[in-house]
Amino acid sequence: MDPVLARIVDRVQDARLRRAPLEIRGGGTKAFYGEAPAGEPMDLTGLTGISSYEPTELVVTARAGTPLADLESELESQGQCLPFEPPRFAAGGTVGGMVAAGLSGPARATVGSVRDHLLGLTMLNGRAEVLTFGGQVTKNVAGYDVSRLMAGSWGILGVLCEVSLKVLPIPPARATLQFDWDESRALAQLKRWASQPLPITGNSWHDGRLCVRLAGARAAVSAACGKLGGAVQSPEAAVHWWSSLRDHTHEFFSLEDEALARGECLWRLSVPTTTAPITLPGRQLIEWNGAQRWWRGSAPAAEVRAAAAAAGGHATLVRGADKSSGAFTPANDVLMRIHRGLKQAFDPAGIFNPGRLYARL
Amino acid sequence: MSFMITHPSRDERQAEVVAALRDALPPECILFRREDTAPYECDGLTAYRTSPLAVAMPATEAQVAATLSVCHRMEVPVIARGAGTGLSGGALPHALGVILSLAKFNRIVKIDAEACTAVVQSGVRNLAISDAAAAYGLYYAPDPSSQIACTIGGNVAENSGGVHCLKYGLTLHNVLRVRGFMADGTAVEFGSEALDAPGLDLMPLVVGSEGMLAVTTEVTVKLIPKPLLARCIMASFDDVESAGAAVASVIARGIVPAGLELMDKAMTACVEGFVHADYDLKAAAILLCESDGTPEEVHEEIMRMEEVLTAAGATRLEVSRDETQRLRFWSGRKNAFPASGGISPDYMCMDSTIPRKRLAEMLRAIQQMEIKYGLRCVNVFHAGDGNLHPLILFDADEPDEMHRCELFGADILETSVRLGGTVTGEHGVGVEKLNSMCVQFSPAERAQFLAVKHAFDPRELLNPGKVIPSLQRCAEYGKMHVHGGMLPFPELPRF
Repeated sequence: MDPVLARIVDRVQDARLRRAPLEIRGGGTKAFYGEAPAGEPMDLTGLTGISSYEPTELVVTARAGTPLADLESELESQGQCLPFEPPRFAAGGTVGGMVAAGLSGPARATVGSVRDHLLGLTMLNGRAEVLTFGGQVTKNVAGYDVSRLMAGSWGILGVLCEVSLKVLPIPPARATLQFDWDESRALAQLKRWASQPLPITGNSWHDGRLCVRLAGARAAVSAACGKLGGAVQSPEAAVHWWSSLRDHTHEFFSLEDEALARGECLWRLSVPTTTAPITLPGRQLIEWNGAQRWWRGSAPAAEVRAAAAAAGGHATLVRGADKSSGAFTPANDVLMRIHRGLKQAFDPAGIFNPGRLYARL
Repeated sequence: MSFMITHPSRDERQAEVVAALRDALPPECILFRREDTAPYECDGLTAYRTSPLAVAMPATEAQVAATLSVCHRMEVPVIARGAGTGLSGGALPHALGVILSLAKFNRIVKIDAEACTAVVQSGVRNLAISDAAAAYGLYYAPDPSSQIACTIGGNVAENSGGVHCLKYGLTLHNVLRVRGFMADGTAVEFGSEALDAPGLDLMPLVVGSEGMLAVTTEVTVKLIPKPLLARCIMASFDDVESAGAAVASVIARGIVPAGLELMDKAMTACVEGFVHADYDLKAAAILLCESDGTPEEVHEEIMRMEEVLTAAGATRLEVSRDETQRLRFWSGRKNAFPASGGISPDYMCMDSTIPRKRLAEMLRAIQQMEIKYGLRCVNVFHAGDGNLHPLILFDADEPDEMHRCELFGADILETSVRLGGTVTGEHGVGVEKLNSMCVQFSPAERAQFLAVKHAFDPRELLNPGKVIPSLQRCAEYGKMHVHGGMLPFPELPRF
């Protein structure tokens, strides 16, 4: 066994025997997201390297500690990309962290999520066993799809060691159109466009402006530009805009100490696309055809969660000084029973990232 | 192979279970006489048959809950069943179990053209969803070959694919929400009509779980806009290697075709006799390469595809002129299974996946196996995603052919694992590939699968004995290998 992996196995074995919780750590760029990390830090950044990459297979396999930036630049050199645009909240994020957090960027509504592009992985469970699920092929239904369960599990079920991802060619052409429309008009138009065969791969509404990104074959993008109208953004401005949403570098997402002290919070509401405009105190930024609505303001947690629930969705407290109401919305009783069963199945000693997703899990 | 438990208590047990089910269901929803339950003795894998204690056919969710609750209390295995088109024996009855038929859950609850979703009951046929959505210019993308008959509940159980999943994804990628019931009858919903739900993402476990984690009664699927145009290129190749290499070249050029399928010469001859689609019978392999989208997009992509295929050594290219011709190109591929039924008394369809680059190597290995096992094999592949469907031809009435066919199949699966692939791409493990699961997964991995099962169904009542082989079974299978690939007691059913 690889010596770096062997050390991690020993560490997990030791923690299991001592029943000493571990905080599984990659680049630490998402430590602010979710519930506070707890336990003895276990650094995975030594477990690096792209194990295999064959552009003609549209598959890349990388060890969990590989910097996301390294992976993305390797893919780019072959004209390919991670189509789900994982956020890079800061430099140093890792491939394992990307999968464990399960977060996706502006393209998510049309191309799918991290989970959708995960083909397989190798992990350690709480018994320090090295397990491989899924594989390096797109179609694979042998056994339960355990690898995709790990996407968005925040490390509570195991230590990710290596992951295989489906990658796609970078679209040959892109264009971003903007429209100065109010929220209702923007949402209504996005719905109409979503039901037509248009190469839309991202959209946002904020502060009275709708931005729509088109990507695909040259002919398709230029035909769609003609059909949709609006003002065409310069390529530089467009790249800047979408990465500011993807990486949360836009001022909307950054809550300085002062704002936090005032009790301001950043909320992510995940709702059905057809949800009518939501009214909460504060400012809003909408993505994913209306399925992801960011709110920034001082509304009480109960009010935000009630608004999301009324729409058939849920809310996550992404940034805020006081997360005592819980970062994530709890699942219902039946699902929580399954959550506890799965925790027991993968990590019977309860050593992995305790409380990172939900208290007592 | 027929399998029926006849020990004296079976009749008593049946009487007991049927009596209890009468508290949950109206009498006309319970079948238990042998002549009534006979149609449920097998699914699409007809070589395996078992008679169930009873068949329950609830019409409402309340009846599903009540049926499950009765079976849970009495510890009766429950096997959910849709149209029974599965090819791996996933819906094979348990001799002391109840078949839970969802045939009456055949209502399309809602087509929401604004949200681009459909809410359908689990017994709705795959194609019926697209038919209902057509009025809005939308359709449901996953298109397994059996789409005329198979149900969405079965698609969820198997994570079904189809010829267009290279571009549009599998069932998992096209399902937002699954509503159903746990083994004890508790109602449950996985996913939501938003793009994600709170907590762990349980959808990937449920989709593809072959009815072992929960029973599905209702599904919200994504609908996508119907492409304005689709055109298909039929390309001939002199040898299978260059056809395989052409597949890699298409992908390498950044093209993701809507469908990319390969048929070998034997298969082409077989389907040509069945559909008369003017296939090139001289070609060693035929590739079907499809582009869809806006007319501009398709025009541009078809040109690029033609360029790549020519450079890769295609000896003949034909681009579909219109929809009739395009459908004719596909007719052979879509009828590959029934056409094989026309040239051989029986056939067994395999379903492994390998990395695309190993395609030619795999085909050569299969040719060797034809000699080794003395049986013919015709091949269709979802070449774009490396999913193989070799059809092994045999005659069950000939002594030993079924047995050799099984060994041939197991050899294909084990070779696939060795080449970096998997034993099942889209048909599921069911009972058919239990032995091969011993090869693909370590004891610790199989134990982890079992632990996942327990998190959902601690009493192991939902479709027990499928998908995850027991430790004893794998030990026995390991021993069989020591004896030179010849199974001891080949006449015994092995599930």
